[in-house]
Amino acid sequence: MATPIGGRSYLFARPPVLRGWAAVGSKREGEGPLGGEFDAIEPDSTFGQKSWERAESFLHHKVLELAVAKAGLSYADLRAILAGDLLDQCTGSTFAVRELDVPYLGIYGACSTMAEGLFLAGFLTEGGMAPVAVSTASHFCTAERQYRFPLEYGGQRTPTSQWTATGGGAVVLGGEGGSGPVLLGGTAGAVEDLGIKDAANMGAAMAPAAAATLGRFFADTGTVPADYDLVVTGDLGAVGSELLYALTEREGLQLRGHHTDCGLLLYDRERQDVHAGGSGCGCCASVLCAHLLPALAAGELRRIVFAATGALLSPTSSQQGESIPGVCHAVCLAAGEEDSLWK
Amino acid sequence: MSMTAPEYQALAARLAPKSKPWVNVPKAFFTGGCICAIGQGLILLYTGLGLPADTASGACSMTLVALSALLTGLGVYDRLARHAGAGTLVPITGFANAMVSPALEFKNEGFILGIAAKMFVIAGPVLVYGLTASVVYGVLLCLGQLVV
Amino acid sequence: MEVVIALARAFLVGGSICAVGQVLIDRTALTPARILVSFVVAGVVLGGLGLYQPLLDFAGAGASVPLTGFGALLARGVREAVAESGALGALTGGLTASAGGITAAVVCALTAALLSHSRDK
Repeated sequence: MATPIGGRSYLFARPPVLRGWAAVGSKREGEGPLGGEFDAIEPDSTFGQKSWERAESFLHHKVLELAVAKAGLSYADLRAILAGDLLDQCTGSTFAVRELDVPYLGIYGACSTMAEGLFLAGFLTEGGMAPVAVSTASHFCTAERQYRFPLEYGGQRTPTSQWTATGGGAVVLGGEGGSGPVLLGGTAGAVEDLGIKDAANMGAAMAPAAAATLGRFFADTGTVPADYDLVVTGDLGAVGSELLYALTEREGLQLRGHHTDCGLLLYDRERQDVHAGGSGCGCCASVLCAHLLPALAAGELRRIVFAATGALLSPTSSQQGESIPGVCHAVCLAAGEEDSLWK
Repeated sequence: MSMTAPEYQALAARLAPKSKPWVNVPKAFFTGGCICAIGQGLILLYTGLGLPADTASGACSMTLVALSALLTGLGVYDRLARHAGAGTLVPITGFANAMVSPALEFKNEGFILGIAAKMFVIAGPVLVYGLTASVVYGVLLCLGQLVV
Repeated sequence: MEVVIALARAFLVGGSICAVGQVLIDRTALTPARILVSFVVAGVVLGGLGLYQPLLDFAGAGASVPLTGFGALLARGVREAVAESGALGALTGGLTASAGGITAAVVCALTAALLSHSRDK
């Protein structure tokens, strides 16, 4: 059984092993600083499909397939797939798994989906449902047409806006055998909303959630950011990261120097015209699977906190003038069980 | 969290990078000016061909609409707009782009609820409020005639 | 020379109207759709008050191509229709005057959708 520590955090008694993972991206992701680290880059973002939604599902399916293969397993070995995405009613994930005949547990946490899935998977594997896969994907074109404007519409993006990644990540974890990085524990976050209404400034909307969850994580575990090789947030971008520092410094937490953000890692902001950085479920998922997990597996990183943030708005809530609720879930990943701080 | 919502919103507003009017406004001026100059060229061309002034102005609008549709269909208009901002938004070409781009985008949702219905998603309000304002003006004119 | 002057006037006036739009985008929270609506309504008001016609006379396409010109066209259509056919003109004038532009946009949008599709950016 997982051990509850503090108010909202848990340590897993038998930390599940991350047995396989994969990241898939498209042209812009391939041209970014992490381009060479992806398992697959498909320059044609239609993925040969007739709609952008199908393209996203195809990408999502592909990343699952690669992760399962890299784990040395087949779909029949999986007890469940936990997946989610940004599309209405999470159809991107449903259509990605509909032919797999694997139990499907759909989850929604917007761009925090990867961390939410890993957190839940830790409990499932601890409870005997193992191995499981966690996956998520996003596509620039599906997100634009759902949340913003038609692709060919002539609008200007504001400097605070972020670029939805066309990419995805999948992790297979738990079960007997396998070696690799481990999931030590995590903190589930509550919804935080400090009244940001600008849907073109998601980083600002999500930073309070990241600050709250990270604050809880460090308080509950009795650790500080310096105890980790890296504290990685998902998709706060340049604006949200600065706001996160401002919020946490008031609570006496020093993140600067120990922190980076997936939205800042995926693209080169100077060169790639992505304004405040990357976003979308696939952003932090692909950065985790392309960049962070390989570094943990190679021992270049020993222990990290992966805190993915989601902006829980919908086009309807935006149009009705509601502010943007944010959520953040944090998980602690280590190169091996011996890297745990709590042994 | 020790920060209140108003405090945070003020902080977020302060830390948000601002758009640069000294870059954007000249770009909008130049692009918008060019589109209007092209329009004027078309009017001169059509009047030269013998069209009366009013008809030439209407033909100019229709030509610009068609050009905008062509550029939108070729995937060029939005690239222009990324730099031009209001320079491509405010001229009638921007209105045409606002109709053509959702028509293209929602092709997969079908001819009725996709292309045709979504065509007015952005441009519809312009027609609704423009026409309503003109009706109000017309009613005022009629009332004025009654009084006189 | 006349041609050059006409083009220059159109460029300057049209460019200035667009610059006003850009200031609104950069300095206010107005969305593009709201800016378009404001410009058309402003055009109707200015046209109704008779303030837009001098600009049209001076700048030609520089005043008629921006959406304020579309608004002024609606106002002129209504004025002429009311003069011709009375109260009913208030309802028919706007669309009558702007029928060409609107129909062109509808037909072009449909044609473009048949021939093309949206692309990744």
